[in-house]
Amino acid sequence: MSTTVSPPAQGSRRRRSGNTDRGFNRVFRWIAVGAGATILAVLAAVALFLVSEAWPAIMASPEELAEGVPRYPEDTSLLAYLGPLIYGTILAAVLALFLAVPISMGIALFISHYAPRRLSQLLGALVDLLAAIPSVIYGLWGFFTLAPVLTPIWMWLNDNLGWIPLWGGNASPTGRSMATVGVVLAIMILPIITAVSREVFLQTPKLHEEAALALGATRWEVVKTAVLPFGRSGVISASMLGLGRALGETMAVLMILSPGFTYSLDILAAGQHQTIAAYIAADFPESTGLGVNTLIAAGLALFVITLAVNMAARWVVARRKDFSGAN
Amino acid sequence: MSAATDHTSPGGSSETARLLSTVDTGRRRTDRAMQVLIYIAFALAMIPLGWLIFTVVAQGGDRISMDFLMQSMRNIFGGDPRGGIYHAILGTVVITALATVISVPIGILTAIYLVEYGKGWLARAVTFFVDVMTGIPSIVAGLFAFSLFALIFGPAVRIGIMGAVALSVLMIPVVVRSCEEMLKLVPNELREASYALGVPKWLTIIKVVLRTSVAGLTTGVLLAVARVIGETAPLLVTVGVTDSINANPFDGRMMTLPVFAYRQYSQGDAPCPGGDSATCVADIASQNAWGAALVLIVMVLALNLIGRLITRWFAPKLG
Repeated sequence: MSTTVSPPAQGSRRRRSGNTDRGFNRVFRWIAVGAGATILAVLAAVALFLVSEAWPAIMASPEELAEGVPRYPEDTSLLAYLGPLIYGTILAAVLALFLAVPISMGIALFISHYAPRRLSQLLGALVDLLAAIPSVIYGLWGFFTLAPVLTPIWMWLNDNLGWIPLWGGNASPTGRSMATVGVVLAIMILPIITAVSREVFLQTPKLHEEAALALGATRWEVVKTAVLPFGRSGVISASMLGLGRALGETMAVLMILSPGFTYSLDILAAGQHQTIAAYIAADFPESTGLGVNTLIAAGLALFVITLAVNMAARWVVARRKDFSGAN
Repeated sequence: MSAATDHTSPGGSSETARLLSTVDTGRRRTDRAMQVLIYIAFALAMIPLGWLIFTVVAQGGDRISMDFLMQSMRNIFGGDPRGGIYHAILGTVVITALATVISVPIGILTAIYLVEYGKGWLARAVTFFVDVMTGIPSIVAGLFAFSLFALIFGPAVRIGIMGAVALSVLMIPVVVRSCEEMLKLVPNELREASYALGVPKWLTIIKVVLRTSVAGLTTGVLLAVARVIGETAPLLVTVGVTDSINANPFDGRMMTLPVFAYRQYSQGDAPCPGGDSATCVADIASQNAWGAALVLIVMVLALNLIGRLITRWFAPKLG
């Protein structure tokens, strides 16, 4: 009976013993939750502000755009205007990916299965250093140092294998072409692809590898039969992360590529392609009014493309986590 | 009879030895070939790293002097070999510091949320979108900061804090990722020991979890700083360029090292009538660009090195 007449006392006693979420505990928890929510809010804000600033350009008619944006061709919709840029962006990223993935897989295997155990961490850190070098320095190096070295190779490809569509056209005598950009971008995305693949390769169950060895497999056969099948989805998602990186790279493209607005396949020729990011960086400082809105619309397109690629990559990783026993 | 002993008796069992070795020749050759290819792949990655660092040091080394580090480019035109990058170093330090001040509290608190509290859909969403955010192109982060400030101050605004906001968007996910890994390394036994002594959860996090992982957190933050200190594109669209010293991130344009390097690169050669002289050097702009690149690369490599050494020296010995 006495307990029913004094329920507050009982309630407070129970709280003291069981529920610890009060006072500073509660304040601190809400601060932490708030920080997490801030991140979601920032991402939403990025999308929202980009859309709001791009809206005038999306809504404008071709006549208004031709009037308000410098060098805008007559009678072209915004999508048709951005088309070559999107094409150039994807071409550069795919070229870089094509060059980088085999090499990264080699490096990842080297670090995880071939290099001496003691050295492997140091060698991994060396590869990571490639990611630390600022993109503007890649641009300087690519323009002043790498392009002159690569030009004779591109010239040779153009002379001897020009019948292959990719290497046709007039090869640029300065090397400021998509091919050079592809090489530099490939170097820049090597570390991320390597890092993710390396982690996956290291997670290969030891028993699988030992089983292969026990059956008399050579080291390469162990890699082929145990490591690569296990790491396949990891390599796919690593490549997509690298693709996302290459899509958004600005400075190296801006400084090396001689820009143009075509759907050309000639990666050795100058003045054929341009990427969205480099286009924005090149034109932004001189743009006003509708010009800025158009550039932000281009940025929105880039944002959507990279977001889709990254989300797909993360989804592949997450799916793999659920079904593999390695975690 | 094993293959090894066959060598000593070249008589009847040489046939077995031949069979044993020929069956494996193809496989062994593939194994060798793949090993060589994999070693080559690694060497291929090291070539650009060494080549690039060598080029920057060789090209930029000559330009570095006390004057170059301590002067701005104010009133320096054409091929004038005077002037320096003081204003750019100052701008880089101020903007990066501001970005760090914004990103580190949010980043570490989010990491704490994910590790200590994270359950349910919010934690899953935060994890997923932090990963997605690491892939935001830097120029898009710059455009976001521009859009944000343009709505408030009008489209002509160019101030340092805009650049700091843009860099924060790039930096926060990096800080969250690395700090989360570090907090996960703290053994649960430490937390439970603290609870057993009656310490509330928030105090456990501050006094035990953060204390234990402080070296790792510092490393994470330093590596994140190293990642954004070289960003060019977002600063190009938000902070603008200037030749003068400006230490106030809330008023006026600022110069930063990467943007300085890009600007000097895009100026090209200066016209010097009568060839190079003490007052006119034709390729001074590219020399300046290389000089700035060298200073920048030294900063980035130093941050990386210090970050890694801190973990090595100060990390608590677990297990």
